[in-house]
Amino acid sequence: MAVHTAEQLAHEHRRYLQVFVWLTVLTALELGVIKMPISGFAIGSMLVLLAGTKAALVALFYMHLSVEKRTLAYIALTPAVLCVFLVFMLLPDLGAITRALTHASPPPAAGEAHH
Amino acid sequence: MSQAVVAEHEFGLEPAESPLTPESWGKLGMWIFLAADAMSFGGLLAGYGALRYGDPTWPRPSEILGIQLTAFMTFLLICSSVTMVEALAAIRAGDQAGLRKFLTLTIFGGLTFLSLQSYEWTKLIVHEGQSVSKNNFGATFFILTGFHGCHVFGGVTYLSAVLGRAVRGVSGAIIVAVTAVVGAIGMLWITSHMFNAFVGIGAALVVAGIVYAVTNALAAPGREVYDAHDNSEVEIAALYWHFVDLIWILVFTFVYLI
Repeated sequence: MAVHTAEQLAHEHRRYLQVFVWLTVLTALELGVIKMPISGFAIGSMLVLLAGTKAALVALFYMHLSVEKRTLAYIALTPAVLCVFLVFMLLPDLGAITRALTHASPPPAAGEAHH
Repeated sequence: MSQAVVAEHEFGLEPAESPLTPESWGKLGMWIFLAADAMSFGGLLAGYGALRYGDPTWPRPSEILGIQLTAFMTFLLICSSVTMVEALAAIRAGDQAGLRKFLTLTIFGGLTFLSLQSYEWTKLIVHEGQSVSKNNFGATFFILTGFHGCHVFGGVTYLSAVLGRAVRGVSGAIIVAVTAVVGAIGMLWITSHMFNAFVGIGAALVVAGIVYAVTNALAAPGREVYDAHDNSEVEIAALYWHFVDLIWILVFTFVYLI
């Protein structure tokens, strides 16, 4: 295992605190965004962007992906790519599941209709 | 010839270094595990989105769920991530007391998160009549947050085992056991309102975890387990904890805010 020098540790310490401040600010921004008088699509897009930024900050600096070998980044990116693929595969069925569940319940029996 | 190559050649031992993660094979293993786990969460989140889209009866999350409380829980997990990286930085500098202090703070953050989640679940189930079987909202909400809560609980137990090894001996074993019991009681209390099967599974996991962790702590050698040269166990545990934080960031946005 590589031993870290005092300079490296001090630099990492500053970086950790900077990331912490950014994560806190971005969380506060998210809380502000949901109260903005704009369309739901715009709010959703901004929230996804903010959440993606926060997740990337954690992965890059707290999980040290920014200094790891590139292969580890590929391992980390694989589920993200597959999840995006899954979302695209689900697109044709969006709404259909809900409609099927909503209309699947059988009509009430004749005797029950009077109650 | 390096020591690792000699060891492999003469004794048939696995080399301690991997070409992907020079520090340890364990780190590579943890990354592969996290990738698989991320796909589980991805599947759950995609299913949540598919069920929610186009459902006119889907409630506005902010009207049912306590955004302020969960925003605080998010902040808490972010803070616990900071204490976790500080624990790793401490042991990299050879600071044993710093490692123990920051690990304890991280575990405390995880336990507080679980306590707040149990409060939220109790409020939703007992006072607002929500349940996993009531509608799609309840099913997806409780399964997603419950799955994540199980990860937090697992992380608390995992970090307790690392802390127990850092403290070593009987004191370490007591720390591990007390943390695991407190976490276990919290988890059983959370799940007892609705998931009977989960209570049984949780209890079994908790007993196994306590036995493992206490044995682990008692069996630690006399010298310091972690130091500035050998701290890959702490780094691997930190990876898991940061992953739990990362997933909550996504769950908080997709389930509570959007």
